[in-house]
Amino acid sequence: MFWFLRRGIASLIMLWVIVTLVFMSIHFVPGDPVELLLSQDGGSADPATVQMIREDLGLNRPIVEQYVEKLKGLASFDLGRSMVDDSSVSAEIARRLPRTLELIGLAALISLVIGIPAGIYAALHTGKSFDRAASYVAGFAQGIPVFVLGTLLILVFSQMLKLTPAGGFVAFSQAPGKHMLLLLMPSLSIGIGLAAIVFRITRASTLEVLPLDYVRTARAKGLGDRRIVLHHILRNALIPVITIFALQIGSLLGGTVLVEYVFNWPGLSGMLVSGVNARDYPTVTGVILVISALFIGLNFLVDVLYGLTDPRVRK
Amino acid sequence: MSIAETTTKPGLSISGLNISFRNKDGWTSVVRDLGFDIAPGETVAIVGESGSGKSVTALSVLGLLPQQSTRIEGSIRLGDKELLSLSPKDLKALRGNDIAMIFQEPMTSLNPTMCIGEQIAESIIAHRGISKAEARAEAIRLMEKVHIPSAARRYGEYPHQFSGGMRQRVMIAIALACKPALLIADEPTTALDVTIQAQVLNLIKELQEEEGMAVLFITHDMGVVAEVADRMVVMYRGDVVEEGTTTEIFANARHPYTKALLSAVPQLGSMSGSNDPQPFAIYDINTGLAAEASVLQSTVDTSEVLLDVKDLSVRFPVQQTIFGKVTARVHAVENVSLTLARGETLAIVGESGSGKSTTGKLITGLLHPTAGKVEICGKPMRSDTRQSLSRSVQMIFQDPFASLNPRLTVGRAITEPLRIHKLATEKEQDEIAASLLTRVGLSPEIAKRYPHEFSGGQRQRICVARTLALKPSVIIADEAVSALDVSVKAQVVNLLLELQQEMQLGFIFISHDMAVVERISHRVAVMYLGEIVEIGPRAAIFSNPVHPYTRRLIEAVPVPDPSRRSDRHKIADSEIRSPVRAGDYIVPTRTYREVSPGHLVQEVGPEWAA
Repeated sequence: MFWFLRRGIASLIMLWVIVTLVFMSIHFVPGDPVELLLSQDGGSADPATVQMIREDLGLNRPIVEQYVEKLKGLASFDLGRSMVDDSSVSAEIARRLPRTLELIGLAALISLVIGIPAGIYAALHTGKSFDRAASYVAGFAQGIPVFVLGTLLILVFSQMLKLTPAGGFVAFSQAPGKHMLLLLMPSLSIGIGLAAIVFRITRASTLEVLPLDYVRTARAKGLGDRRIVLHHILRNALIPVITIFALQIGSLLGGTVLVEYVFNWPGLSGMLVSGVNARDYPTVTGVILVISALFIGLNFLVDVLYGLTDPRVRK
Repeated sequence: MSIAETTTKPGLSISGLNISFRNKDGWTSVVRDLGFDIAPGETVAIVGESGSGKSVTALSVLGLLPQQSTRIEGSIRLGDKELLSLSPKDLKALRGNDIAMIFQEPMTSLNPTMCIGEQIAESIIAHRGISKAEARAEAIRLMEKVHIPSAARRYGEYPHQFSGGMRQRVMIAIALACKPALLIADEPTTALDVTIQAQVLNLIKELQEEEGMAVLFITHDMGVVAEVADRMVVMYRGDVVEEGTTTEIFANARHPYTKALLSAVPQLGSMSGSNDPQPFAIYDINTGLAAEASVLQSTVDTSEVLLDVKDLSVRFPVQQTIFGKVTARVHAVENVSLTLARGETLAIVGESGSGKSTTGKLITGLLHPTAGKVEICGKPMRSDTRQSLSRSVQMIFQDPFASLNPRLTVGRAITEPLRIHKLATEKEQDEIAASLLTRVGLSPEIAKRYPHEFSGGQRQRICVARTLALKPSVIIADEAVSALDVSVKAQVVNLLLELQQEMQLGFIFISHDMAVVERISHRVAVMYLGEIVEIGPRAAIFSNPVHPYTRRLIEAVPVPDPSRRSDRHKIADSEIRSPVRAGDYIVPTRTYREVSPGHLVQEVGPEWAA
């Protein structure tokens, strides 16, 4: 169990480093953030207003004091208030984060359900028609940009077949069916490309495991094909799949922006982009912190998964 | 029930077996007209070098060759069952049940993500359909049977927690799970240290007597054959060249290839009465006649010391607390002192983990010592002298396939050291490459070709040529001939001896193969757990081994003479201990006793009592 604790502590330290870096970034950007915010139209800012906002943000206080204040705020999940409309950044993130997570979650599920079985089947029958066809499809799915795929999905399912609305968001509590229907298309847009990646990695790593000595041992034992594939091949072949998959999911945390725009899905990425556009520091740093924390959490989860699949990691 | 079972076990009968593989040009025949029988309780060995078709034969018995690209004709019968006409389903029921197999590489033959016990139990469940709990009890019983200590506790451990020898015991337990009629052992001890090899061979014999099964033993090692086989089949490039009882063939081989193979086997003890190395007699495979081995002049010039190593130690931390305090270290090399004179060969022998390769790396400067000093030709090795000194010490490695860059031509590979040290112009380099290739017995024309076009023996010659490019005075050969077939091994050893004659090179010959060491060395150092336990003239070490570890090592070497099988000692089931020590371990002070001139033995510590 020691490895588990050690990874956990390492994750916490990493989180603290990121908090510090994000905190310092505002002091490292050239120029005064408040002046930058107020001088958007080219004119110079009114010194009185600048002073007021600086006090509001606490930028006039000593840096150590600000840092301690920031850490205190974070401990109670307070990420400050938006400079644009003075709303609570934490509340806004709390509202939007679940939407992004369910989007990524469903996309991940779709990609695993398609990618892993297809990858194994293709590897077990290399060069056969399924393998060749699947490899072409995967290449295509991986190459097509998500906004093109999303637009195509809208064209086919909303415009031509009229099965789903073209986009938008309804809370699950209001209309569960409609919520899921609306969730499905953006998830598919991400999930299909992800499935192609999962398929390729699974296929490649299965092909690597197949000729190994312990697979031959399993055959020599006279085991059934099912047992050989599930217990001897799959478990070992999954290790690289976990690595790549986690990286992909991690990059989706802040990278669903295109899909959110295409399907008008009010998620976290959209918030980050509009925050950047408005030079709204509390919003930007807040979203970045949450994404970083999730990324670290995800990596920790991957470490745990590694430990579960590969006993050699558990040291 | 068990008595009835053991008496009715069927034997294996192979006749007219032809195997071909499909490649892009059609079918290539790899085994031709093979036939032999194994009676229950009997051991037959198939012997041959790489490419002889011996492993292919073993896999064909189990139906494990890829179906689409293999053509098998003839007959393989187990009792009255014809294996070649079995359906895939019947074949599956047969594998692991009536016929079981153990493989060469115990390190990779077990699934790293499944616990040991389960890997044994799943075979039992697959064939007998008993419950998990029963299978678990049976698996523990099997682990005890193959002498795995505290079996019940180790049931849930994973392969990486087992040593190579222990993993091979697990493989044997898996193989025996369903009391097979036939056990196929494909080079089961080749990857193991000699003392462990002796234990595993004993175990297989012991279990064979208990179970009354037939054993098909595949090996290239004549010593192992003499040790275990009742009868032997000698294969050469897919053909059977000779077949008969082991005693008969060892005493009176008829086929030239068998003769060549047997004479290339170094015999421990064949060198007594001589102080200098002796080249192997090379036999012609077609005629079986020996080329006269030249008698060597003594090359040793003790007035010039090439290498002086004093109190060399290196330790690596393996475990640390979160605060960086080291709680365990590998004491890879501990207080090693040795010297090498011009024209002398010092062999360093020992088993895995003894620190012999690490010592080699420390001498070449590839690793930095924790303590101690290395002097090359009288100059101390320091960070500022390392580069210039490294020119006079060159290294040859074990694996000729991995130690040549596949993207460099042979000529470029040989002259690379010259470019690194900026010692020759492009034109000079070509000339040097050509002359070095000639020197190691290859044609200078091959300089433009790439390593993959050459066999293992040829590649090792290329590696030797590369080490000569910088005109070194010391060559460190780290298991340089261990991966080569016996006949090729003899040729490369002879080449090294010739080079020593000609250039008065000093060799540090790192090896686990006692028989080769006896052939080529002037002096021998025996290493155990990072320390030299015995060092001295070769004749003294082999005729009068004093340290218990040296004795154990020499005793464990299989003797290629079936008539001497009975006077072998039973080897205790001990494992090679690990040089990993606690962080606060204090290295005991060792003293050495001079047994005869130059023959030093470490005072035997309490761990060797009993």
